[in-house]
Amino acid sequence: MTTANDPLILGGHEFHSRFILGSGKYSMQLIEAAVKDAGAEIITLAVRRTNTQKKDNILDYIPKHVTLLPNTSGARNADEAVRIARLARELGCGDFVKIEIMRDTKYLLPDNTETIKATEILANEGFTVLPYMFPDLNAARDLVSAGAAAVMPLAAPIGSNKGLAAKEFIRILIDEIDLPVIVDAGIGRPSQACEAMEMGAAAIMANTALATAGDVTRMARAFRSAIEAGREAYLAGLGRVLTRGASASDPLTGFLREAK
Amino acid sequence: MTEKKENNFLIDTGNLSPKALARKHQLENDPSCRRDPMEYLPGMEIIKSDIREKVMREVDAYDYESYTAADVRRALNHEHRTIEDFKALLSPAAAPFLEEMSRIASEITSRHFGNTVYLFTPLYIANYCENYCVYCGFNCYNSIHRLKLEHEQIEHEMKVIADSGMEEILILTGESRAKSDVKYIGEACKLASKYFRNVGLEIYPVNTDEYRYLHECGADYVTVFQETYDLKKYETLHLLGHKRVWPYRFDAQERALRGGMRGAGFSALLGLSDYHKDALATGLHVYYLQRKYPQAELSLSCPRLRPIINNDKINPLDVSERVLCQILCAYRLFLPFAGITVSSRESARFRNGIAKIAATKISAGVSTGIGDHESKYEGKDDENAGDEQFEIQDQRSLHQMYDDMKGEGLQPVLNDYLYV
Repeated sequence: MTTANDPLILGGHEFHSRFILGSGKYSMQLIEAAVKDAGAEIITLAVRRTNTQKKDNILDYIPKHVTLLPNTSGARNADEAVRIARLARELGCGDFVKIEIMRDTKYLLPDNTETIKATEILANEGFTVLPYMFPDLNAARDLVSAGAAAVMPLAAPIGSNKGLAAKEFIRILIDEIDLPVIVDAGIGRPSQACEAMEMGAAAIMANTALATAGDVTRMARAFRSAIEAGREAYLAGLGRVLTRGASASDPLTGFLREAK
Repeated sequence: MTEKKENNFLIDTGNLSPKALARKHQLENDPSCRRDPMEYLPGMEIIKSDIREKVMREVDAYDYESYTAADVRRALNHEHRTIEDFKALLSPAAAPFLEEMSRIASEITSRHFGNTVYLFTPLYIANYCENYCVYCGFNCYNSIHRLKLEHEQIEHEMKVIADSGMEEILILTGESRAKSDVKYIGEACKLASKYFRNVGLEIYPVNTDEYRYLHECGADYVTVFQETYDLKKYETLHLLGHKRVWPYRFDAQERALRGGMRGAGFSALLGLSDYHKDALATGLHVYYLQRKYPQAELSLSCPRLRPIINNDKINPLDVSERVLCQILCAYRLFLPFAGITVSSRESARFRNGIAKIAATKISAGVSTGIGDHESKYEGKDDENAGDEQFEIQDQRSLHQMYDDMKGEGLQPVLNDYLYV
C-alpha cells in the first residue's frame, strides 16, 4: 500500500484514506459501508442533523476513529454559515468545517461569493475550513487567500451522478491551486472517481453514488479500489494524453536534425 | 372519465338561530348576496406579483384531453421536464403509464432525498373559524365543540408530543383572527421552539409583516392550501369570511417568503374541482415561485376530501388512489427538488407505498382535534377536547410509523433543520 507514505494532509491532520463520505442521503447501512468497505476516515455531517433524535442518532453510528466534518448545509449566506459553524464547535464537533452555502434549492449550486466571506471569518476563528465551491479559478484563489485548508469543487450537479462534467475547470484548479483539491458532488461511478484521482485530485467525496447503488457494500469497495488506483496512477506519473492534433510523421523541426 | 357525481356539502346542523340559519341558506342559494371573491378586505396587503397571472394563464389554456400516449412517452424520456411535459403527465393519456411513472419518480426521489422519510405531527390549537367553507368540519355553521387552548394547555400538548420523540411540529388553527390572533399564534410558536426543532404553520393567510413576526417567534415554514384554483368553483365553496378572498390566499406563500420564512407549502384539496387543472395549478404555483425565490424550500401536499363531523358522506369523488398516485408522480417528475407531504387522510397502505415513490414527509401520531393528544396517546378520556376538522385514516403512532418505515426499507428522519 502506498497510503502509509502518502497521507492526505488537511489542516495539519493526516489521513490515509482519500474517500470522504458526503452527507445528505444517510442511512446507517451507508455509514457502515463507507467506513468498513470504502475505508472512509472522514464523514461529513450536516450540523442540522447532529444532536438530534434519540433513536438512530447518526453520531452513534460513526466510529470514534472517524473524523467528523460538520457542514453548514441549510445556510443561505455567509452569516448563516458562520453561525452554523460556531454551533458545530459548541456541539463538540471539533474545528473542521465544510462550508456549504446555497441560494438555490433546485440545483443546490454553491454560492462562491458568500463562501469566500464565510471562509475568511471562520479561518480567522481557527477553523479548518473546507469550502464547497463551483470550480472557478478566481474564486479558488480567493478561498486560498481567505485561509481555506482545501478547496472542494463540484464535478457535476449534486446527486446527479454525472461524473466529471466540470473536468477541464477542475484540472485548472489542480494545476493552479496549491491546496488539496477535493472533488465533491456529481461523482457517480468508481471510474469517474479514478479519473479525478489520476488528474491529481487529493480526495473524492461521494454519497449518492453509494446510497443509490444496488449493493451499497460492494459499491463502497469498488470506490475504494478506484480511488487507490487513480492515486497510484497519478503518483506513477501518468502523462496527459493530448488529443488535439496528431503526431506528425514528418516533424516540423526535422530541419533541425542537421543543425549545428 | 370524470364522474358527474357531486358531494352534498350543504347540511344544516345543531342549534343555529333562525336568523343564522336564514343567513346560511341565503349564502348557499343566492350568489348575489356573496362578496366578490376577487375583492380584498380592509387590512389585507396587496403585493405586486405576476405569479398568479402566469399560473392561471397556463391552467386556463390546459386541455388535458388533447394529450396522447406519444406526448406522455416524450415527457417520460426527458431529463428536464417542461410545463408541456407536466401537462401530459397529468392528463388521462398518462394513466396507463402509472407503473413507469412510479419507477422514474422513485428514482428521482431517491436521487434527491435518498431513502429518507421525514416524520412530523400536526397540532391544532384552536378550532374557531369565521369562514363558511362548505366542506370543512370547522366551518362557522357546523355545530361542533369549539375550543381554543390556553398557553398552559398548548405547552401540555407539546410536552406530550415531544415526549413521544417527535421533533417537527405543524401548528394549526381554525381561521379566526378574533379568537386566535397573530400574537396568540406567535406565542404558540415560541413555546414550540422550546420543545421542537422545526416549527411550521398552517394558519389563515396573513400579511408580510405578520409572517415576519411569526418567523421571529420561531416558525420557518408556512403551508397554505388554495383548496381549488378554479375561481368559479372556489366562489361556490367558500361562501363567507376572509377565506373567500381568493387572490389574497393565492399570494400567501409569496408574502411568507418575503417575511423571511425559509419554506412554503402548497396544495389544492383534491376532489373539490377538476383535479387535472388543480394539480397543474399547484405544480405551477411551486414552479414559478421557485424561479422567483430560488432559495425557498417549497413543498406540495395532496389532500383529498374526507368526511367531517355531521357529514360523513363527503368523499374525493373521481380522485381515486390511482389518480392520486399519478398526480404525485407528475409532481415528482416535474419538480424533482420539491418536498411532498402525504397526510393521515390517506390509508397506511397507500402511505407505505407512496413513501417509496414520491413522498418525502408523512405525519404520524395525528389528531385533528383540539387538546386531545394525551387522551389519544395514552388512552385517557377527555370529554373537553375540541372536535376534529376531518376524519383521518392512518392512525399510526410515531413509534409504529418509525418502525413501519424502517420495515419498508426507508430511513425515518425526525429532523434535518436548524433555525438560523
